Amino acid sequence: MASAFDYAPAPESRAVVDIAPSYGLFIDGEFTEAAAGKVFKTVSPSTEEVLSEVAQAGAEDVDRAVKAARKAFEKWSALPGSARAKYLFRIARIIQERSRELAVLETLDNGKPIKETRDADLPLVAAHFFYYAGWADKLGHAGFGTDPRPLGVAGQVIPWNFPLLMLAWKIAPALATGNTVVLKPAETTPLSALFFADICRQAGLPKGVVNILPGYGDAGAALVAHRDVNKVAFTGSTNVGKEIARTVAGTRKKLTLELGGKGANIVFDDAPIDQAVEGIVNGIFFNQGQVCCAGSRLLVQESIHDELLDSLKRRLSTLRLGDPLDKNTDIGAINSAEQLARITALAEQGEAEGAERWSPACELPGSGYWFAPTLFTNVTQAHTIARDEIFGPVLSVLTFRTPDEAVAKANNTAYGLSAGIWTEKGSRILAVAGKLRAGVVWSNTFNKFDPTSPFGGFKESGFGREGGRHGLEAYLDV
Amino acid sequence: MSEKSEKIERLSVFKTYKLYVGGKFPRSESGRVYEVTDSKGNWLANAPQSSRKDARDAVVAARKAFGGWSGATAYNRGQVLYRVAEMLEGRREQFVREVADAEGLSKSKAAAVVDAAIDRWVWYAGWTDKIAQVVGGANPVAGPFFNLSSPEPTGVVAVLAPRESSFLGLVSVVAPVIATGNTAVVIASEEAPLPALSLGEVLATSDVPGGVVNVLSGRTAEIATPLAAHQDVNAIDLAGADEALAKELEIAAADNLKRVLRPQPVDYFGTPGTDRLTAFLETKTVWHPTGSLGASGSSY
Repeated sequence: MASAFDYAPAPESRAVVDIAPSYGLFIDGEFTEAAAGKVFKTVSPSTEEVLSEVAQAGAEDVDRAVKAARKAFEKWSALPGSARAKYLFRIARIIQERSRELAVLETLDNGKPIKETRDADLPLVAAHFFYYAGWADKLGHAGFGTDPRPLGVAGQVIPWNFPLLMLAWKIAPALATGNTVVLKPAETTPLSALFFADICRQAGLPKGVVNILPGYGDAGAALVAHRDVNKVAFTGSTNVGKEIARTVAGTRKKLTLELGGKGANIVFDDAPIDQAVEGIVNGIFFNQGQVCCAGSRLLVQESIHDELLDSLKRRLSTLRLGDPLDKNTDIGAINSAEQLARITALAEQGEAEGAERWSPACELPGSGYWFAPTLFTNVTQAHTIARDEIFGPVLSVLTFRTPDEAVAKANNTAYGLSAGIWTEKGSRILAVAGKLRAGVVWSNTFNKFDPTSPFGGFKESGFGREGGRHGLEAYLDV
Repeated sequence: MSEKSEKIERLSVFKTYKLYVGGKFPRSESGRVYEVTDSKGNWLANAPQSSRKDARDAVVAARKAFGGWSGATAYNRGQVLYRVAEMLEGRREQFVREVADAEGLSKSKAAAVVDAAIDRWVWYAGWTDKIAQVVGGANPVAGPFFNLSSPEPTGVVAVLAPRESSFLGLVSVVAPVIATGNTAVVIASEEAPLPALSLGEVLATSDVPGGVVNVLSGRTAEIATPLAAHQDVNAIDLAGADEALAKELEIAAADNLKRVLRPQPVDYFGTPGTDRLTAFLETKTVWHPTGSLGASGSSY
């Protein structure tokens, strides 16, 4: 199908962000080189242009950062909550002030559309700090005792799909509760965390309270295993999450894990089709499907399968894929060559196992990492693409006849992070939502996030909650 | 008959202690038993020595019971837990004797333990329909959405009952697990399993559906190892594990990301907090658009 409208390019200006040619590790309030002198390059996934060269943390740097955090902990945890609150409010405000710059930076380093970084990531980042700032002097009212204590040094490892938002989810509650932090951003998206270090400087945050260690999995493993870390928080793949759970076994470290998902988006025959289609598109193509809570399995009631698929395909044909900095772009670049290879291999496996593959006519740019929006029909529960998390813009379509069957299929996964329900019938929403084994259930909407709303999974999607009052527990000695 | 014959003391009837699985009282499928003695080394009973297969059977029973129990109303679960306290009160003397034997306590101390255990059932019975209000609630999201977080039971929980506190400790770890709608596979104290096995008899007559609590006796490590690695067990309470076993089991539990409650010092006589309730709860958050009326939709 041809696109209904042609749009003139409307690129957001890069001039708003000034990326230095190189960055150090941020330890004890200073940018410093890695002890081993190693560096790595971070590229723009949409062009493969090198954006900057970043110091690569190793075990020695982890030790240095944990020591700095430990030293800072004494004073930070002894501050009145109202003082910690003010630092966090300052950070929230500075993020708001610099949000356009950070949105462009995030889009450059991650490859996601500016529309998303500008309208989703950055507003949520600022809101998260603002929300937890308010908790810092009210912890005695949070339901964890009258004087809940912080844990100490938090080692935090975050993924590349929402780099700054995941940083906010980790750092804001940790600081509000009086912990200090060593955070390792993902190796493909280190820049926004390093800009955040500068925000800490502007906010006057005491040195050592936040330490940022760009690096690879080895640095993350060293951080998680470090003897003087009291709390480990990880967002990423289920396999790494299991490895971390083994590492902290037998210690007193408190652990929270936000891992993979294979969310079911269930559409009943009485659903408002146009709204459902928007929800399905958002569910699997938001951030190129590189979302742990993506609605990657569409469960559609058999009687409306053809009608829904027609509408969905028509809608997919209007999605604009291309320059992430273009304000009209719906689908940006895949974050890395490695991730693109994984998506490609799983999609090929879907075809090989007999599912039917479809993509709209879609021209992919010549450089960078790109994958066209893709859907598979005739998918069975046994297919790999119905079981494994693809973490890309690939939707598997399955059908059901009864609500019971829909629930059984939705729950037929080792994961349990998110689910969607589309129906006009209120009692059906509540009945189905009650039966779904998932931490977040979106009914007649999808992919909504809010700092006040706890987020996290059942089963192998991990444990612990981030956001809301619930999110405090992970950082308190309770 | 001669009235003059010397009074012969009546021989008591021994009880064959059995496992409690799926609402039934099987022997171990392995046919094994082990000798249980009191604190002075006197023989008390031959308790079943459960095998891996018994552990797996118990998980199947617990999974089967999960839908009904977690779907029961909180009010109903509270009444059932209260019924357990009622039944225990009636069997108080039996448990005082068993606890005294098991833990080498005087009768009065054992009575205090049993009373505390009965009261603990009452305490948790009252929690079933309150915990959701305490830990859940509406979240004021910045948008036109209704947003509600509710606690839900994690699923099948393996419980290593405390070794040293064979009854009060046992009740203190089992009651919170099932109060919230989980089902449990319980490993009784290895040295003192008899109060736990007798508790099975109480549960069977207390309206607790079969499979909600399953009690196994035997070698703790032998039974716990397959449970920690079992893919259909959602969580594990390591109260009864020593440091080395706890670490080993926590590593095995990582394989399907079981929720793990590590061993910690507990004064079982003290009033518990909510920790053991919340340790085996998941938070589910449901969103729905609210729609919106115009600003003039209401004038007061």
